[in-house]
Amino acid sequence: MRYIIKHGRVIDPANKIDGELDILVAGGSIEKAEKSLTEKCDKVIDAKGRIVAPGLVDLHAHLREPGREDKETVASGTRAAVRGGFTTVTCMPNTEPAIDSPEVVRRVRDIVAKDALCNVAIAGAITLSRAGKRIADFAKMKEAGAVAVSDDGSSVADSALMEDALKAAALDAVTVMCHCEDAKLSAQGVVNMGFISTKMGLKGISSASEYEIVARDIELAAKTGAAVHICHVSCKESVELIRRAKSAGVRVTAETAPHYFALTEDCCVTYDTNMKMNPPLRSKEDADALRKAIADGTIDAIATDHAPHTDSEKDVEFDYAPFGVIGLETALSLSIMELVDSKIVSWSGLISKLSYNPAKILGLKAGTLSKGAPADIVIIDPNKEYIYKKELIESKSKNSPFIGWSLKGKVTDVFVGGKRVMEDEEYRQPCL
Amino acid sequence: MTKIALNKSVWKKKDLLGLEYLSKEEIEFILYTAGSFKEVTTRQIKKVPALRGKTVVNLFYEPSTRTRTSFELAAKRLSADVINIATESSSVKKGETLIDTGKNIEALKIDTIVVRHNCSGAANILARSVSSSVVNAGDGWHEHPTQALLDMFTLKEKLGKIEGLKVSIIGDIAHSRVARSNMWGFTKLGAKVTVCAPAMLIPEGIEKFGVKATNDLAEALDGADAINVLRMQFERDSAVAFPSKLEYFKRYGITSEKLAGCGKNIVVMHPGPINRGIEMSSEVADGKNSVILDQVTNGIAVRMAVLYLVSTAKDGQR
Repeated sequence: MRYIIKHGRVIDPANKIDGELDILVAGGSIEKAEKSLTEKCDKVIDAKGRIVAPGLVDLHAHLREPGREDKETVASGTRAAVRGGFTTVTCMPNTEPAIDSPEVVRRVRDIVAKDALCNVAIAGAITLSRAGKRIADFAKMKEAGAVAVSDDGSSVADSALMEDALKAAALDAVTVMCHCEDAKLSAQGVVNMGFISTKMGLKGISSASEYEIVARDIELAAKTGAAVHICHVSCKESVELIRRAKSAGVRVTAETAPHYFALTEDCCVTYDTNMKMNPPLRSKEDADALRKAIADGTIDAIATDHAPHTDSEKDVEFDYAPFGVIGLETALSLSIMELVDSKIVSWSGLISKLSYNPAKILGLKAGTLSKGAPADIVIIDPNKEYIYKKELIESKSKNSPFIGWSLKGKVTDVFVGGKRVMEDEEYRQPCL
Repeated sequence: MTKIALNKSVWKKKDLLGLEYLSKEEIEFILYTAGSFKEVTTRQIKKVPALRGKTVVNLFYEPSTRTRTSFELAAKRLSADVINIATESSSVKKGETLIDTGKNIEALKIDTIVVRHNCSGAANILARSVSSSVVNAGDGWHEHPTQALLDMFTLKEKLGKIEGLKVSIIGDIAHSRVARSNMWGFTKLGAKVTVCAPAMLIPEGIEKFGVKATNDLAEALDGADAINVLRMQFERDSAVAFPSKLEYFKRYGITSEKLAGCGKNIVVMHPGPINRGIEMSSEVADGKNSVILDQVTNGIAVRMAVLYLVSTAKDGQR
């Protein structure tokens, strides 16, 4: 199928485009992006009043397959992704078994080929079983299709081992995605350490448990030359460390997640377990520092850290509930409301954080509307408002802190590799 | 009792989860109501029909003798029927969640659940999952509101007021729900509160409670009208934090000598059970300044007031 998307406001930060253009999609790729296209095509889509952008790229999602299909599957997770405007999601290796070998990478790729509604980039583990003891085979996992390595929820505690891992990563040219946490400092903690943890009577997780490992990993990045990506930055000290490292020329990139700038630790006081995530929601000061870091480029990307858990796992005492919230379906709206509307970033800046930069960080062929690029496209109605209700959630799990929120900005159409997978907010049998 | 009936409108909550969530007026109203019930407990026949036909369930996930007995007696003196459910292990280990347990108990058509739980926030979670009244009998390190209410009741009884008093809370503040409820309650009623503990037992952000924190016992005792001495739980979390019992007693243990140095007659409270020779000497525990056994007695009147008020408020919501 040849499509022309007409009259939309095309935002393509890779080519510094922000203006009304038409886009011709053919053979799965972007063929042209010009004013007033008159070429022949099978279908014209009128995108007047809407934003046309490269499909969003999530650096950090948990699709739970294989092993925890009760929480999410590749099918349900990518469906949620498309609803949220993502055309690529990076799946983290904390599956059962962990994605720590070329065999498991291939197994996930097979599931993706069969079930996924959008592209899935695979992050392999840094260490076998993510146990922090022995380094996984990065080269072979890369060969099998992994695009990055991460031990995800388990920070590599052994600094000597981490250094070796970064050396290997530099050699194999894979990005290392670091979940930074000193598990001894954060042990049994469930909310940010401070007045809130004290008054709730819960064990706190200090910012230091995060930024001390951020500092270590930056130092190791500088020493080894590996590309280090800091996951879900939540506190102002981490921001400052990354800012300084960047200005010193260290190869470091960073992401944060919408809940870290849209919410604060005060949201936890009702013991709502959908406010429990790791790292925890921090103070208002931290959230403000993150906004500033998004504005000045210290934070390169907004990732979801989409972490599905079932109702029965979450409907328990705060201490017993697992960490994590879903986020694929709300990331764009929250970013529009919290970042664009409050003038932290321009629309083009937002698309950079949600598409162009994440693609660049992992070296993916995505995040751009350049001629010849895969036609991964999202069309957004930027002003449409809606109430985010539990029954609207596409993800298998419903653990969102934003249920009941009035959100703004809705994805209307999505193309993945030239296939139209969403039309006027409805999923559609993809046809090329 | 007529005065209570007239003022019933002050209290509208079906639950008592913590003193953080109460206004000064609500706290004063509970204390006032408790005063009327205290009179009942001194009668020859110590029973009133206020909750006749109602059922109170004591749902205890942690072992407790004194609090459970006090609640049980309070309910019985209001003529309620009482069921005790003691669950030593946590709900998760048992395979039934707290919410499921709560809903199952409610299906037995009971009226009030008194819950004690090792997890902070358990009472909050239970209260929003059931329509029965929920009374927090201690949740993790979070709150133990009836303990703080009986502390306030006892001190008011002794000194005639709370406002303007200097009250010092001494001991493991970090791991104490009694400390938290005391801080909320006493500051709301206008007392000047100081908390005193070795640095590792004072949690982050404590000054935001509106209290003063010190590591120096002399400072906590200086000018104090009352002290509330907490149990040092060396068998639990405090153990890792402080080197030895003897060292603790030397620095923070309350002795007659230390009290004598203050000039003032300081009222001594303790939520019990006392570790004699650790946080307090026997001489102080049994001495003339101690109101520890009055606290136990007053606990019944305070819990009668709480059970009565939440039950009446719930009936009013129907």
